[in-house]
Amino acid sequence: MWVFRGLRNGVVTTRWPRRPDRYFTDWHGVATIRDHPSLPPGDIEGLAELCPTGAIHTAPGNGGPDDEQPGRRVGVDQGRCIGCGRCIQARPDLFAWSAGAGVAALARQALVVPAVAETDETLAELRDDLRTRVRALGRSVHVRHLDVGSDGSDEWEVLALLNPVYDVHRLGIFFTATPRHADILLVTGAGARGMAAPLRRTYQGMPDPKVVIAAGTDAVSGGLTAPSYAIAGGVGGLVPVDVWVPGSPPSPFSVLHAILLALGRLPGPPGRRRRTDKTGKTGKEPRP
Amino acid sequence: MTEIVGLGEVASLRDELARRLAGGQRFAGLYGADHDGGVRLTALVAADGDVAELDADLPADAAAYPALTPSVPAAFWYEREIHDLFGVAPDGHPRLDPLVLPLLQADPVRPRPGAEKNPQRLDPDEHALPRHVMGPGVFTIPHGPVRSGVFESVEYLVETPGEDIPHLNIRVFYKHRGIEKRFEHMAPADGVLLAERVEGIASVAHALAYCHALERLAGCVPPWPAQLVRVLYAELERIANHLDAALKLADAAGLAVAVARFGWHKERVLRLVGRLAGNRFGRGVVVPGGVSRLPALGPAAALAELNGLQRNIDVDAALLMGTSSFLDRLRTTGPLPADRARAHGALGPVGKASGHACDARDDRPYDAYPTLGAAPRRRYDDGDALARLRVRWDEVRESFHLLRQVVDQLDDIHDPTVRAPVEVAGGRAVGWAEAPQGEVLYAVQVTDGRVARCKPRSASFHNLVLFHEVFVGDILTDFPFSEASFGLSIAGVAL
Ligand code: SF4
Repeated sequence: MWVFRGLRNGVVTTRWPRRPDRYFTDWHGVATIRDHPSLPPGDIEGLAELCPTGAIHTAPGNGGPDDEQPGRRVGVDQGRCIGCGRCIQARPDLFAWSAGAGVAALARQALVVPAVAETDETLAELRDDLRTRVRALGRSVHVRHLDVGSDGSDEWEVLALLNPVYDVHRLGIFFTATPRHADILLVTGAGARGMAAPLRRTYQGMPDPKVVIAAGTDAVSGGLTAPSYAIAGGVGGLVPVDVWVPGSPPSPFSVLHAILLALGRLPGPPGRRRRTDKTGKTGKEPRP
Repeated sequence: MTEIVGLGEVASLRDELARRLAGGQRFAGLYGADHDGGVRLTALVAADGDVAELDADLPADAAAYPALTPSVPAAFWYEREIHDLFGVAPDGHPRLDPLVLPLLQADPVRPRPGAEKNPQRLDPDEHALPRHVMGPGVFTIPHGPVRSGVFESVEYLVETPGEDIPHLNIRVFYKHRGIEKRFEHMAPADGVLLAERVEGIASVAHALAYCHALERLAGCVPPWPAQLVRVLYAELERIANHLDAALKLADAAGLAVAVARFGWHKERVLRLVGRLAGNRFGRGVVVPGGVSRLPALGPAAALAELNGLQRNIDVDAALLMGTSSFLDRLRTTGPLPADRARAHGALGPVGKASGHACDARDDRPYDAYPTLGAAPRRRYDDGDALARLRVRWDEVRESFHLLRQVVDQLDDIHDPTVRAPVEVAGGRAVGWAEAPQGEVLYAVQVTDGRVARCKPRSASFHNLVLFHEVFVGDILTDFPFSEASFGLSIAGVAL
């Protein structure tokens, strides 16, 4: 009977990344800043206070080439964003949803929008280093998941990758129970101090080359649970992280995007991602 | 208003507790709050219509107090938690091992929720944990904290002392996040965002319980459309959670196709929530005083999606409940006797499967529930994993029934106001909601317009301790079934 059920309802599986999927493109989980707002000094007051996690920063001009105007700047650290939408509701002229589930980055710094100029070079270096490392991996890769202080929803989204809609086996991605067989360590949670030692042991138990993904805003920065005596404020201080994925929790597509980014398997030029061009534009500006 | 009874000494608290429990009220929790350097102990007692707070005070220099666990066994974990967080020892407690934060007894720095100060950093100290039992014929099988699969981190130590019944030791401290201290000093309106992240798979229920506490303090009644929208998301959350439990049970039994089917249905529920709310877990919707917005999907479209979902789930659930090899695996597995469920006040599906049917939606109805028609519930008292799954399917059916009514009524809304103002200067109140795991309580104290103390009491915390008791047969092979049938979240336990 179950065998029969398995064949019903046609094909539910996404074809992403080979084909676009609207659930990927329409996703919005973190905030971004609209095109370089150069605000009059008075207008910047109170913007940072809009955000419950301190993801919004305001600062005097950064001194860069695009800063001739005597304005002040405002930015969003997506690595701290929990997607509450408050900033967008209060100031739709300045903030918008970042479009699409592809929100992962190869450097913590690259989650800050608008991008700072140096990030480009760093990213190129990181990409090259990662490419050298993952070259040794075969077509099938094994992922070890580890919870280091999540709220429990992140595990649901990671587990969703195995359901027939995402079915990551089709991409040669498998989850493994033993660190010794793992190529990728997928870490969720805010970096609870009680998990620091088990995390280190798991990381050390993995063979080289290995890749670490911090999955979710909690894993990136601690999210809303930071600061706390009981967490490290993300996992970056506990193990070396290669890929950073915001989202509270990150959507299954965001996690999948991060895995493929790590493997250099996203379509297009290797490792290409939004937010790398010099202007700091995302390439996919959210629709107003 | 929440009934708050100051009783002075712990002995008086113990007597008052005994009196109320004998009168049919239910012990629902125990927590501490720093009080001028001393500790205020507060017992939560549920009766029809309200949850009362019974207070006792320990002076600032008290290092110990007479334990309540000997007279109220359900306080077993609560007193261990209080010991971890405040450093005061319950004298006469049967097994005072660390639970949420292992620190050496001598360590003076504790989180002390309710205190103005907040420690910079506290590392769990493994030396504070008891040594594993060793000896001839005695061994300990560790299970975790790093699990074999995509699970939350928790350690189950199975101690098999020779011929005796194996003992299970549950260690939840690994993912303690210090949530209670994090609530403190927050603006009440921000606290709801944190409540959504206490036990993320029950975000809506936690947000509701938190907001209900604030609304009681403010004397605020959310507008009618908001009450309906709250039920909408709470019931979708229930369906998703019960599908998750079914999926994990099927996985334990190796039914790959069933896992795929329920995984697909669960994904569809989360996507529906996402389309309605803009977030797959319904986050950002519930706010103090109502909801932030109406669903983004029209009633007709929502109804069509719900009907399709229910048809598919019904067929697959019927098929699962007709797979005899599967039922055999669940029958008599992880049994919780009815008298234990009642004595402990077991919550949610775990309690209901053992004849202890308490449900905050019935006992202390909130939001739109009182006006919605619910079919009478079936009673179960087998107390095994199978009964727990049957309860879940009944609840799924009931959720769809409620959802259809909600969507119907939302169609008739003319006044789009979804939020009433909530101004809270100060006070204490308890709020509640029925999560998929069972009753969630929030004991909230506001001082000078800020959260001064917030104690979330999840059903997961209250129920997980019962896990000690449900292994009568082969502990190792029954384990995945028992765990999945409880359907709890460790995030809601270790906070
Ligand atoms: S969406 Fe919320 S968390 Fe994210 S930047 Fe805006 S205010 Fe901050």
